[in-house]
Amino acid sequence: MKEQLETLKREALEKIEQVDDMQSLQDIRVTYLGKKGSITKVLKGMGKLPPEERPIIGEIANKVRNAITEAIEAKTIELEEIALNKQLEEETIDVTLPGRKVRVGGPHLLTSIIEEIEDLFIGMGYEIKEGPEVETDYYNFEALNLPKDHPARDMQDSFYITNELLLRTHTSPVQARTMEAYDGGKPFKMICPGKVYRRDSDDATHSHQFTQIEGLYVDKNVRMSDLKGTLDKFAKHIFGEDREIRLRPSYFPFTEPSVEMDISCKVCDGNGCNVCKGTGWIEILGAGMVHPKVLEMGGYDPAEYSGFAFGMGPERIAMLKYGVSDIRNFYTNDIRFLKQYHHM
Amino acid sequence: MYLSVNWLKHYVDLGNITPEELAEKITKSGIEVEGIEYVGENVTNVVVGHVLSCEKHPNADKLSLCQVDVGNETLQIVCGAPNVAAGQKVAVAKPGAELPGGFKIKKVKLRGVESNGMICSLQELGVDEKFIPQQFVDGIFVFQDDVEVGQEVVPLLNLNDAVLELDVLADRADALSMLGLAYEVAAILDTSVKLPNEELESKETERAEDCVDVEVEAKDLNKYYGAFIIKDVEIKPSPQWMQNYLLAAGIRPINNVVDITNFVLLEYGQPLHAFDFDKFASDKVLVRRAKDGEEIVTLDRETRKLTQENLVITNGTVPTALAGVMGGLDSEVTDETKTILLEAAYFDGTSVRRTVMQTGLRSESSNRFEKGVDPKRVKKAGLRACHLLEKYANGKVLQGISEFDELDYSEKTVTVETERVNERLGTSITAEEIASILRRLQFPFEQDGSVFKVQVPTRRQDIVIFEDMLEEIARLYGYDRLPYTLPEGEDHVGGLSEIQQLKRDIKRFLEGAGLMENLTYSLVHEKDVNKLVSPEIKDLQPNPVPLLKPMSEDHKYLRLSLLPGLLHSLAYNQARNVANIAYYEAGSIFVSQEETITKQPKEILRLSGAITGNWVENKWQGEVKPVDFYVVKGIVERLFELLKMNVEFEQAKLADMHPGRTAVIKLDGKVIGFLGQLHPSLAKQSDLKETYVFDINMDLVFDAYEYDVSYTEIPKYPSVSRDIAFILDAEVKAGDVEAFIIEVGSPLVKSVEIFDVYEGEHLDEGKKSIAYHLVYQDPEKTLKDEEVDASVEEIVKAVEEKFGGYVRS
Repeated sequence: MKEQLETLKREALEKIEQVDDMQSLQDIRVTYLGKKGSITKVLKGMGKLPPEERPIIGEIANKVRNAITEAIEAKTIELEEIALNKQLEEETIDVTLPGRKVRVGGPHLLTSIIEEIEDLFIGMGYEIKEGPEVETDYYNFEALNLPKDHPARDMQDSFYITNELLLRTHTSPVQARTMEAYDGGKPFKMICPGKVYRRDSDDATHSHQFTQIEGLYVDKNVRMSDLKGTLDKFAKHIFGEDREIRLRPSYFPFTEPSVEMDISCKVCDGNGCNVCKGTGWIEILGAGMVHPKVLEMGGYDPAEYSGFAFGMGPERIAMLKYGVSDIRNFYTNDIRFLKQYHHM
Repeated sequence: MYLSVNWLKHYVDLGNITPEELAEKITKSGIEVEGIEYVGENVTNVVVGHVLSCEKHPNADKLSLCQVDVGNETLQIVCGAPNVAAGQKVAVAKPGAELPGGFKIKKVKLRGVESNGMICSLQELGVDEKFIPQQFVDGIFVFQDDVEVGQEVVPLLNLNDAVLELDVLADRADALSMLGLAYEVAAILDTSVKLPNEELESKETERAEDCVDVEVEAKDLNKYYGAFIIKDVEIKPSPQWMQNYLLAAGIRPINNVVDITNFVLLEYGQPLHAFDFDKFASDKVLVRRAKDGEEIVTLDRETRKLTQENLVITNGTVPTALAGVMGGLDSEVTDETKTILLEAAYFDGTSVRRTVMQTGLRSESSNRFEKGVDPKRVKKAGLRACHLLEKYANGKVLQGISEFDELDYSEKTVTVETERVNERLGTSITAEEIASILRRLQFPFEQDGSVFKVQVPTRRQDIVIFEDMLEEIARLYGYDRLPYTLPEGEDHVGGLSEIQQLKRDIKRFLEGAGLMENLTYSLVHEKDVNKLVSPEIKDLQPNPVPLLKPMSEDHKYLRLSLLPGLLHSLAYNQARNVANIAYYEAGSIFVSQEETITKQPKEILRLSGAITGNWVENKWQGEVKPVDFYVVKGIVERLFELLKMNVEFEQAKLADMHPGRTAVIKLDGKVIGFLGQLHPSLAKQSDLKETYVFDINMDLVFDAYEYDVSYTEIPKYPSVSRDIAFILDAEVKAGDVEAFIIEVGSPLVKSVEIFDVYEGEHLDEGKKSIAYHLVYQDPEKTLKDEEVDASVEEIVKAVEEKFGGYVRS
């Protein structure tokens, strides 16, 4: 009987070894370990053995049974792994097919530029102020030292709504409003981005609606060199560390002295090219020391306080920085244009 | 203003400076040079020729065959100009000559006849056609008889000039004259100014006052009026050099008298006017305000209707000129003119400006009066013109001036302290440097140590206060020499306000959700202004605000909604074959409730979006889902969820919107916006496919917003869920049931989610099934099945009672 069991074991292990599918393995299990299986049969015949042999044969039979069971389990794992590998092989996909597009929008280029400039000035201690787009003649002109009939009013042909109300032609009225709000009470730094409007026909370089950013700093002992240093920081931040600035005298009724700031041309590095019309310089913004009359009208004593102001056009900055050639691009909202400026 | 460098040389010694260097210096110290024009650049080998004979070309009707003496030889030249004639002195480009544009002259045969050169027109010599004297526009240029044959034409016609185009800003009225520019350039180059000759040779005994009386009625608008009388003038062309300078300045030469007044206007910046005194028809000049409805025919042959706003020169009865703007046609100087009344006057700038605005007439004269002329130069300019009229029109200038004079000739004094200059500029300029700058400017001053009392010449009307002098000093000192510093005052903490930060966050949210930001125009067409206006705005009964003078119908009204603009953006892209677009914009609308606008309209910030085409598009995997109501609602819901605001959506019928697919958004029971599908008719009319929009009143959102982020304990006990499906009447709103379940199930029901909506087979007509997934949780303990079952039972009963539904089994 012992031999019989050993033979069965050898036979079974050999079969298990050779099997390569689950069904056959299952069959082997039934053949040997099933209710009517060979081992079971052998064990059933144990009753005929003498009592002293029974535990010995019983132990052998259990060992044989365990050995076969273990072999079947091991084979099962092996076969499962083979099956899984086969399945995975079959599941192979074409990784070159396109991925699912993540739908993502983005800010308008002008918003990006404005926020970049806001963040720069916030870093220098400026607050952001806002003001109405429909302004009174007083804030848009008079409080900025532009009385009625002032010839400089021609510089900005305006969209009037009534004789006293108009679409603001610049963000400068926010200067007057801010000073008035502080009532001569404290020094401040602010910038004001916003939409402005002028009576221009829309073409490649003109838009009846555009944006501006106004800056104003009022304190005791503000110097023009502070303006120059601040604008230099701005220019280098926006246009690159290797840009130089130059100030040129200009005229704005609300500043005295008034200047225009040019940056050295990036295209030709200041040597003169088409972009800078051969001058090596590109006009970026207007600025100056706040006119004493403007301070006075804003409630600040010009004997005690001074200040500087500047105003710039995000469209112009975007056009120079990114080479946008037509200002209308900012307002037609062509997706092919808007998408170009989505980047990190 | 055009600045002829050759002309400038009459007043200032320019040394060896090139036009480019001069331009650079002028720009850097205050007046921007926008361009340099070289009149006859590259012109060589062009000389004065004398046309000895001029016959018809044997083989061509329109050509002439000329023999032209050019000094050392006689050339046979074929000429096509209609005005060529024997005896003329003309500009001849000899073989080998070069003309502007790289054009070279060679010996050629024209229709079988040899032609050895070309007789030139002014255009061919590089002069802009619009300034060429009328008689030479369509043909060759003919010199006055006194020129020498064989002479080079370049200097004769000032073709070697460089003309700087200056952008003179409103404050620098002084720079609108050659003399003013001479002072400017002299200050820049640190040199002196030579003044023009104003002396008269006149030996007339008759006095101007004997011929004409001057009376000024409108004394507030005319502080000085001087009338000069010049008799026996001979009208002819002005000398070539004068014509050349007028051409360079962009003024067309007409005749000697007109040219002289224009020349002096450019030279002194003082407008003058010459009347034909015989046609003036009176011996009295009366300056007064026009009468309402009075008329004058101006030199441009237009009849102008006048009002009391306009100042006029009259002969005592009728207007003969619009003061400072344009003369009248009746007293125009013509070839027959013999006696001239020359006006040199000082008119009030504001009055001139108003007349300009009213009539649309803008002239070299009005431009200067508007900005203010130099009081001290008014009379001098008249004298200078008389000097030139004597010389170039053989006029007899009567003694004296018939005048009215209440003009203020005083000079302002401005105190300049060196210390204050440095405080303001951040520099360390010395008193000596300031003194030197003042001398360069030719501003007389008294110096007391570091303090200057500067006497500002009347030519610089723009300098009134210390800051004006500060600018003069700074610009001549040089802005390049200012140091770079940063403010040293009180420290400021910069930053965005809470609302500004929120605006940015909301934009980033929408962009993350797949929407692209737009910027559209605030001014819209009349047909758009009342479209898609949100109900809470409509309730205010706004009156659309129009512009007084719109530039086009497209941009006439201030918008009441951002959506029409966004729809235009969508249509623009769809027309370019971009089908899937999701746009949003944050911007103001302008609400006025006034019939007649007197106050600023209320500006309300809105957040609006418009989406069309496919929302999900993954074609090769077969997933294509067009945008629908719930896409837009999902975005809006999530926005308010992030804002921690409970909004409700309520079915609504709004104009221009789909009647069954539109909801208003309510916050605390008040409408704050809407969303839904654009009415298919409007979509079609707007060239759009199916489009969904949303529009939110951000001012109301910000008013209600409270920053509220705090810690909530993470629940320790497990949640339990139950699904219930109700059969309900089709009209019952899923949201109402959901809200009711939460109400009844509170506080154990933590969330309710709809996971199935079904209508159709196996259900009765007019019924639908909605399945809700309920999540229960108790923060204090683990819930028992019995508690949950009891709650479900209560909810089912309540829903059945309230909505008439029953549980689907």
